Amino acid sequence: MSTQQKPKIRVATTSLAGCFGCHMSLLDIDERLFTLLEHVEFDRTPLTDIKHCGPCDVGLVEGGICNAENVHVLREFRKNCKVLVAVGACAVTGGLPAQRNHLSLADCLQEVYVTEISLHNGMIPNDPELPLPLDKVHPLHEVVKVDYFIPGCPPSADTLWKFLTDLLAGRTPKLGVELTRYD
Amino acid sequence: MTFDLETAPHPETLRRVAIDPISRVEGHGKVTLLLDEDDHVQQVRLHIVEFRGFEKFIQGRPYWEVPVMVQRLCGICPVSHHLAASKALDQIIGAHHLTPTADKLRRLMHYGQILQSHALHFFHLSSPDLLFGFSSDVAKRNIVGVAAAYPEVARQGVLLRKYGQEVIRHTAGKRVHGTGSVPGGVNKNLSLAERDELLKDIYQIIGWARGAVHLARQLFEQNLAEYNAFGRFRAHTLSLIRADGAMDLYHGGLRARDMDGKTIFDHLDYNHYWEQISEEVKPWSYMKFPFLRSLGPETGWYRVGPLARVTQCDFISTPLADRERQDFLAFDAGNPAGSTLGYHWARMIEMLHAAEGIKELLHDADLQGDDLVVAEKDRGERQERGIGMIEAPRGTLIHHYRVDENDQVVRANLIVSTTHNNQAMNEAVRQVARQYLDGRKLTEGLLNHIEVAVRCFDPCLSCATHALGKMPLQVELIDAEGKQIDQLVRGVCDAAATCC
Repeated sequence: MSTQQKPKIRVATTSLAGCFGCHMSLLDIDERLFTLLEHVEFDRTPLTDIKHCGPCDVGLVEGGICNAENVHVLREFRKNCKVLVAVGACAVTGGLPAQRNHLSLADCLQEVYVTEISLHNGMIPNDPELPLPLDKVHPLHEVVKVDYFIPGCPPSADTLWKFLTDLLAGRTPKLGVELTRYD
Repeated sequence: MTFDLETAPHPETLRRVAIDPISRVEGHGKVTLLLDEDDHVQQVRLHIVEFRGFEKFIQGRPYWEVPVMVQRLCGICPVSHHLAASKALDQIIGAHHLTPTADKLRRLMHYGQILQSHALHFFHLSSPDLLFGFSSDVAKRNIVGVAAAYPEVARQGVLLRKYGQEVIRHTAGKRVHGTGSVPGGVNKNLSLAERDELLKDIYQIIGWARGAVHLARQLFEQNLAEYNAFGRFRAHTLSLIRADGAMDLYHGGLRARDMDGKTIFDHLDYNHYWEQISEEVKPWSYMKFPFLRSLGPETGWYRVGPLARVTQCDFISTPLADRERQDFLAFDAGNPAGSTLGYHWARMIEMLHAAEGIKELLHDADLQGDDLVVAEKDRGERQERGIGMIEAPRGTLIHHYRVDENDQVVRANLIVSTTHNNQAMNEAVRQVARQYLDGRKLTEGLLNHIEVAVRCFDPCLSCATHALGKMPLQVELIDAEGKQIDQLVRGVCDAAATCC
């Protein structure tokens, strides 16, 4: 991270069916964030007000795919990002939300929205503004081509730092045993 | 029940404008506006658009897994879920009085969480609006812009957050999704080396936290009339409160006050929360709309979080934060204390309280104790049902479980902080739409005003999307006369309080 004056690397990030924990881990690089900003500029991320991903060098995607909107956002990222990275357990495998995959879709909605005793009224939300859910939660690579996978729930800040600094330096990122975890 | 601007009479004739996604918040949400041909706002809705499904898929899991599973609802405030679940499970295993070491370590972890979450929200997410202006250049309106224009503010924000995360790491094992709290106690104490590492910086952190309160106050002073009026509405308030009336973010009874500050109920045992709180379903959001049963859905909704806590506690137990609380309540005849943007100021007062609370606990030798979990002999009877409530950074958080004799979770119900603020957030965005957008040509800067209002509440839309299957696939079989003869609903749901 020593060279200056080079054009900045443009990075987009998003969280799909995730918890934002991977984004928190990215912020856990702490003051190294300011070093990163000397080399990187942000496109769409939860930190900026850019609503759609434009042409980027790197896309970091947290979370799996649980609804139609996730699919659209992921495809937009794939189309615009030269390098697409699945960040964290949910993006790599579907993660904890994928535990719903073994459940059959049943009439429990009735219980939650119609018969639950603490409810004031019974009604099932059905507005077209709400994106349709997918039957199963999917990892990213089942929907688009993914260039790198970083496991962990979440990957540590040091892991993300090593990955990004390798990438920015033009090296193939290598994490090694101590920076790879499957928690 | 429908509120003003909630539902337009003829939506098909109106133009739709969407703010999608809402940015600089945690999680997935959008705001839709419907406008008539003269650009008058006819409908405004804040939608929560994603779902995941924790309440369902933890069913059948052994109960001791729950604190580490449910915290994955949210990577920003995992500690809140970790602790609320632990508190519920304490009840189930009959651990009604934790050891001093366990109680204080959990409180320390929680203070760390309040500190990091409030710092993240104020500095990383909201400060660009406050420092540059609500309509400022979209390219600079972010933490990168703040780092360039106000490097010291950005640096302190990053380091305040870092400190809170370090407190969590030392008490929970790692910064995000740790394992420190277990049913009946904790699994590690704080070593002297860890304590000394945290003590090293705590006075600097308290100083910066105090500076952050003053920055929030100064921003209010500089824009007094606009800040007081922005998205303003009157609302009741709800929070936990300590027995002596002090703010307590970890434990207490429920206090609710009406919009004039009169008590609705006080020091209420939260184990019967469903007798006080009911929820309304609306077709256009995955998030339910809670309200106080005694008042009904029309007038019984309320706000939670920093503004509710700071205004309705009798005092704050740490001196610097209490002085700031008094200053806040007295400032401009108490106007900021009823304003939507007052959330930021109140949040910084809580951040200062958390920093002071950390300092006090670090000087307490109980943190190095070895009695981590309530011993078998000191436990009461095993219970089938457990309820844990905590004041998370964004407000009152409810976890409710039923566990069978095989140690498996059979039912779960979670009401998260952001859900309590659902109606309040909708009121705020509708008020801003009336004040700033109605009849005008919409620009990016004007639309950001809507998001500024949402951000005041620091909504965690990750937390708010925990329930599964709230978007159904519905098939109706209609006979020739238009009568429904069968209905098939496909979906997977969370569980309900009824069962518990």
